[in-house]
Amino acid sequence: MISAQDITKTYDQRVLDGVSLTIPAGKTVSLIGPSGCGKSTLLRIIMGLIPADSGSVEIAGEKMHSGNMLELRRKMGYVIQTGGLFPHLTARENLTLVTNFLKLDSDTVEERIEKLTTLTNIDSSLLDRKPEKLSGGQAQRVSLMRALMLNPPILLMDEPLGSIDPLVRHELQNDLRSIFRELNKSVLIVTHDLGEAAFLGDSISLMQSGRIVQEGPIREIIDNPANEFVEQFVNAQRSPLEGL
Amino acid sequence: MEKMNWIPVLLLLLLAKSCATVSPVAAQESIKIGTKAFTESVILGELLEQSIESEGADAVLFKQLGGTRILWSALRNREIDLYPDYTGTIIEEILAGQEISNTEQLRQALRDLGIRMSRPLGFNNTYALGMKREKAESLGIQTMSDLREHPELTFGFSNEFMDRRDGWPGIQSEYGLNPRRVNGLEHALAYRGLEAGSIDVIDLYSTDPEIEYYNLAILEDDLNFFPDYEAVVLYREGMDDPVVNAITRFEGAISQQEMIAMNKQVKIDRLADEAVASSFLKDTFKIETEFSRSGFTERILRHTVDHLYLVVISLGLAILMAIPLGVLAVKVSWLETAVLGTVGIMQTIPSLALLVFMIPIFGIGALPAMAALFLYSLLPIVRNTHAGIKAIPMPVMESARALGLPDSLILRKIELPIAIPSILAGIKTSAVINVGVATLGALIGAGGYGQPILTGIRLDSIPLILEGAVPAALLAMLVQGLFDLIERKIT
Repeated sequence: MISAQDITKTYDQRVLDGVSLTIPAGKTVSLIGPSGCGKSTLLRIIMGLIPADSGSVEIAGEKMHSGNMLELRRKMGYVIQTGGLFPHLTARENLTLVTNFLKLDSDTVEERIEKLTTLTNIDSSLLDRKPEKLSGGQAQRVSLMRALMLNPPILLMDEPLGSIDPLVRHELQNDLRSIFRELNKSVLIVTHDLGEAAFLGDSISLMQSGRIVQEGPIREIIDNPANEFVEQFVNAQRSPLEGL
Repeated sequence: MEKMNWIPVLLLLLLAKSCATVSPVAAQESIKIGTKAFTESVILGELLEQSIESEGADAVLFKQLGGTRILWSALRNREIDLYPDYTGTIIEEILAGQEISNTEQLRQALRDLGIRMSRPLGFNNTYALGMKREKAESLGIQTMSDLREHPELTFGFSNEFMDRRDGWPGIQSEYGLNPRRVNGLEHALAYRGLEAGSIDVIDLYSTDPEIEYYNLAILEDDLNFFPDYEAVVLYREGMDDPVVNAITRFEGAISQQEMIAMNKQVKIDRLADEAVASSFLKDTFKIETEFSRSGFTERILRHTVDHLYLVVISLGLAILMAIPLGVLAVKVSWLETAVLGTVGIMQTIPSLALLVFMIPIFGIGALPAMAALFLYSLLPIVRNTHAGIKAIPMPVMESARALGLPDSLILRKIELPIAIPSILAGIKTSAVINVGVATLGALIGAGGYGQPILTGIRLDSIPLILEGAVPAALLAMLVQGLFDLIERKIT
């Protein structure tokens, strides 16, 4: 469903160094790695928000170029860590901005909102609030609703739970997993938490300094780390609780 | 929610209002008379206006347009049809460098430029230097040469006199004077300074009634430095006979004493310019003229309409221009410095200079004033539009683009609405500045609250100055309050 080939990107220094990544239809891939390894940059390139220096991106079999960019973006829902909601619009207006632009029938839109309200487990009375009146968890649920409004086959998420406090985060992780399963989306989720990556992803891609160093199910990464860095990364993420 | 809708609606309202108000610059067919900034010139202008109107022609008087250069170029550019001037001024200031030794040569030189000159009106308003009589007597000063011995005296000269060839620079070299302090100031204020003792020597017009009123001593021009300043009327060629007759009837008709008397009636007895001119026409030519001395409320109303007309149109156009410029500065990175730099430089030009720069392009009246105000209003709006959009957090912009919305829609639905408080603050700043700067528009014939201020300075009348200054301040506060209200409404 998503196929990125040989992506390179250099700012002051090389951020992506020939990365290739494939996400099969209906699967969830967790992209994980330390800060600054290039995972968010890769996500933005797949979304078409920044251009790659070289390499190509294919979405649902279509190669991305400037001509089909807007259309391909609408096949992907995008959720970021925080602050992605439009501050001057209510939650509902955030949801309907794109459907109004596409002139979708209002009954269909209402039906869709109702369905997503149930799916994302949000109180529909909250939808008339502006983002500043929503808690972090509520805002992320609205962000997810907005990403799913057009029922895109793909979801791209950049640390969607990164700034949510632990209790709510746990609840949202469960909700997300069941949503992914239920909707049968192809999902790429960026996180720096190995536990979350393992919990949500069918497969994990581990990045280090602009390259993917290992891909596969969590068991394989723990049992057969590809190199010393992977081993260190896995060990560093073990909870201090395990030692008690 | 269509948050943006109020902008076009507001603009339409403003434009509709300004179209409905009649331009202070009247119909095109009228004969346009200019005057310099001092009372005698204004009285002569009133005489000419009433005289021309008594011949059945339409005339408009632009009082206090400025100094010789502004009036001369306005006449050359056909912005005005006539104005009163003085032979010495024309020779020394306008045609400087040409060898002109008599009136006939002067007439011919002007004729070559398409300008006609009336015969002298009958009085000679020469320059002179004057002091308080007691002070001059106690120091034993009788002639201008005597000033050489007193470098400790403070000189206060009108600004035009300060840099005229036949003014201070000429006197200084001719008489070899080296006073310690020489200040430029408005002529009407010089008498006050003299009275208060803050200046000792001033330039005078020999028809100034203050000479007698303040008991001043005129210092003898013992080196015969000052030329004759015979009052004449300059007018463009090709005017209709009745109009020319209305001008030439004043030839030889106003004596020195009569001019001094008229100046006194306005400056000291505080009669209205138009009333003094009207009674002169009646006494001398048996011409009955109608002039309407408008009442206080009517004047305030007219000045308010003129002022709003300047402010509303210039600000409206500035908003229409500045918001797109601000957006452009955000979107086209190589234009950012150019746009912000250019409007920034515009702001650094002194407002008075900017007004004068507009004269060669737009002539005199409301148009050049609006152009200057327009340029002046750009910066705060451009800068705040630019800053307001730039300040939108990256996650918001990324989310908007990720939704697959086109850039134009993002601009309309996301960027501009989020930037509105900032843009509005910019418009508020521009509006308040604009209301203040517009008072200077009166200097180039645009009317408004500056008109009574200017006349008040000329006549040394505090009530008249306040008649312009107080409404201008109130309007600025009103504008501020109005925008504060709108700001509170939308946030």
